[in-house]
Amino acid sequence: MTARHPRTPAPLLVIGQRFLTQLLIGQRPRRTGSLWPSFHSRWPRWKWVSFLFILPRRRRSPRPQSGMKVRPVLSDPEKQRGRSAAVAIAALVIAAGIPLWWKTTETYRAWLPAARISELEALQLELRVEVEVVFARGTLSPEQQKKVPASRMREQTYESCCKSKSLCLVEADHALHTLTETSCGSVVIYIIPEASALLPQDMRVYVGRSRTALLRSQVASVVGAGLPEVLAALDPQMEQVLQTMSFNHQDVTAALTDRLRPGLSTRDSLADSMRAFKSSPGYEITFSLLNPDPKHHQLHWDVEAALDAYIYPLLHKMAPVANFSVDSQILYYAVLGVNPRYDASASAYTLSADSLAHVINPVEARLGSNAASSNPVLNFLLYVPDSLHSPLIIRNDQKQEVASNAFHSPRWGGIMVYNVDGAYGNDTQFPVDIAIDMSRVMGVFLSQLRLMLGFQQTGAPPGFVLEAAGREGVAEWELDRLLWSRSVENVATASASITSLAQLLDQIANIVINDNIAQQVASAVTALQAAVAELEAGNLALALEHSREAISASERAFFDPSLLHLLYFPDDQKFAIYIPLFLPMCVPILLSLLKIFREVQQHRAEKRAKRD
Amino acid sequence: SNPPVAPEISSSVALDFVLIGRTSAFLLLHQARAERFFRSDHTNNWAVLVCTSRFWFNYRHVANTLSVYRSVKRLGIPDSHIVLMLADDMACNHRNPKPATVFSHKNMELNVYGDDVEVDYRGYEVTVENFLRVLTGRLPPSTPRSKRLLSDDHSNILIYLTGHGGNGFLKFQDSEEISNVELADAFEQMWQKRRYNELLFIIDTCQGASMYERFYSPNLMALASSQVGEDSLSHQPDLAIGVHLMDRYTFYLLEFLEDIHPASQANMNDLFKVCPKSQCVSTPGHRTDLFQRDPGSVLITDFFGSVRKVEITMETINLTPHTETALAYVDQLPVAQIIHQKPKQKDWHPPDGFILGLWTLILLVFFRTYGIKHLKHIF
Repeated sequence: MTARHPRTPAPLLVIGQRFLTQLLIGQRPRRTGSLWPSFHSRWPRWKWVSFLFILPRRRRSPRPQSGMKVRPVLSDPEKQRGRSAAVAIAALVIAAGIPLWWKTTETYRAWLPAARISELEALQLELRVEVEVVFARGTLSPEQQKKVPASRMREQTYESCCKSKSLCLVEADHALHTLTETSCGSVVIYIIPEASALLPQDMRVYVGRSRTALLRSQVASVVGAGLPEVLAALDPQMEQVLQTMSFNHQDVTAALTDRLRPGLSTRDSLADSMRAFKSSPGYEITFSLLNPDPKHHQLHWDVEAALDAYIYPLLHKMAPVANFSVDSQILYYAVLGVNPRYDASASAYTLSADSLAHVINPVEARLGSNAASSNPVLNFLLYVPDSLHSPLIIRNDQKQEVASNAFHSPRWGGIMVYNVDGAYGNDTQFPVDIAIDMSRVMGVFLSQLRLMLGFQQTGAPPGFVLEAAGREGVAEWELDRLLWSRSVENVATASASITSLAQLLDQIANIVINDNIAQQVASAVTALQAAVAELEAGNLALALEHSREAISASERAFFDPSLLHLLYFPDDQKFAIYIPLFLPMCVPILLSLLKIFREVQQHRAEKRAKRD
Repeated sequence: SNPPVAPEISSSVALDFVLIGRTSAFLLLHQARAERFFRSDHTNNWAVLVCTSRFWFNYRHVANTLSVYRSVKRLGIPDSHIVLMLADDMACNHRNPKPATVFSHKNMELNVYGDDVEVDYRGYEVTVENFLRVLTGRLPPSTPRSKRLLSDDHSNILIYLTGHGGNGFLKFQDSEEISNVELADAFEQMWQKRRYNELLFIIDTCQGASMYERFYSPNLMALASSQVGEDSLSHQPDLAIGVHLMDRYTFYLLEFLEDIHPASQANMNDLFKVCPKSQCVSTPGHRTDLFQRDPGSVLITDFFGSVRKVEITMETINLTPHTETALAYVDQLPVAQIIHQKPKQKDWHPPDGFILGLWTLILLVFFRTYGIKHLKHIF
């Protein structure tokens, strides 16, 4: 800063004064909301003109004596040198400058397998189920038996003496399961004679816990009917069995709901797809015990042992599908957000079905979640009502009591109300030690967990009996069903991600595609094609593995942080950037080239005139 | 005691038979529940509330955003499902006469800052880049859960933007801007990955209607406080604080939301009528052509609140009580084996009986030397 008075009217010092103002006040006088820098000066515009007269101006060239025009005169070699210099510069700019500018402003785009990606758009899935049909003795007549190729005949006898019919069925199923090895996704159907006493009269099909089904053949062995006719007659029943045990049209469309037009799937399957979580590489399950009344109830729940005994078997079976992380917590003084109503007829407090929807929100704020992962969270809450509001029962729409005393919310989890008022009388000393019966609680949570994970509660067709899963949590054929729909869902989602990513990268010409993204895309495409091939071949486990690989690679590629579309430049902004840089440089070059061109033209014209 | 095995089998058989007989009844119940299910397609709600201004004189924008945040929390959306982006330089600003407060009503009636506000992006983190990253999901892997928009294909999302804007752009923190084309592209990318079921976009800036002109993805509904060429005006200055406290459109929007409770049946057509030109001076606009449902059937609580769909659990699994050997205390390891400690420094004592023997020796030597006759003097 010079020591001159700030009001000195020279332009350089005016700028310096603006600097000083900023220094003193700390803020430049600025109009907010405007884009262009505002020329906000202290003096009005007319005063600026006066500076032009006050400033001393140095004369650069001597004043001409008379009205003679002075022009610089160049000799010929100088002119030639000038011309060659101009041409050389122009050549350099065009030959070296423009390619250099083009190369340095190019965005790095790694190569993507565009041809294979466009193939994915027209993806056709073929799902194949391996079925083994075993005819028991007595279902086929001897002639039909002869028709069966010798290599396929197998004599197996199984004898058992069983006390009750029901026990017999389960034992038979278990024994049959040990006879044949069933791979993931395959189904074995045993055809038993119509007169067999194994199945009760009105039961046509019995589906066991593993991948076997017992089908009562309703085709009377007609003399003369060949094996193909028998098989053809059994076809519709077998198809029904397969649709129950593997997949049917509704399942597949439900797995593809977000890729299909609305209206194609039935409402039941839509409800199922809304309830179950979407396919994700991992899930977090949290079990919470809510104790609003620690003064009266001292609750003990052995959740670790219960998880080991009941929940972990199911989660281990689902290991090929996703990773699970389980934790548990106890919350004290956590109340439901709804006041229950006292019903004198039942002498209990009741929660109606309508008020259940408002229970979850106040509690959710206190539940917490694992901050490190972005996996979906399933919450299972066990609420023990306080002594003032015990017992608390849940009523459904028809005002009937619910046996399980629990409800669940799709894609969130479940809440069970556990009444402990029967455990103590009126004059016990508080707080009362109460041990919670974890088998009852886990029975409810297990069924809710199955619903959330995608094991649908579709009703069985008439005449079918589906063996309940019981202790293991899930039957193998139910798991196979889930694996079919998950594989299809993964394949559909992964192919949609890849195709939309490719479309996006095509549309935006100046997004940088790094090598790792190209690698992820390539591996996703490979895995997708492998998954489709395995689905066609019927290897469900391998297909699921490949589809999981495909979906994780495609998600990583799509959600890569470097693919940010912040590069929308309107055309006028592009011009505004390039013109101040290139115009001052190009204009002299172009003008000199023009001048040279005109001189050459003139020279040629003179030459021609001289010749002529 | 081990429970008998038979009940397990019989109960499973009973279940089988009940399953057959109950399918018909189950379907009926399922039908009724399905009807309620399908009033709307969403299972959870998210809200992204962004205030794009900083500095003290933009107090009203922060108050706008915080008031919408309070309403949305009151109607049920938890903090884990709200992404709040504020410059957050109001409550602790040197010019704030009441520190740690942000008021939204004159005479300091309503402190919307409170002590349980959860701001996810504050200060200089509120940038166009972060906003677009939150929307599209392209966040670095180290981003915590609270800073992510973890919505799925059945989420309804509410997006509220406020600040200074112009024709086709919105200014972020006085240094950058987001254009309507970028916003439309971000929504399209969200749709490609099915990151929303339905989206409600509300913007309270000058010329706000220009921001939703370029939308082209399905299931979007947009509201703006002013048309192109109009300015959105602020509502009331507070003479004690010295700045305008709220903008007109958001003020009347909040008055409307005060009457909404989680079970209310008000629909979107009522929302479109909020703040007519007589109150707002600018003309609010809305856009519903991309939305598939009829706005009259869309409840306010579909976006502003979080009403969960609930189903009663009908089936349970019968599990036998698991008798495991509880770890008795006697089986446990001694503490010394569990906790390895350094042995305590004990004083060294000579072996037992040593001192007794030493004194006996001394006495014997004495009597030996000086004669046994002295012994009688001792005993």
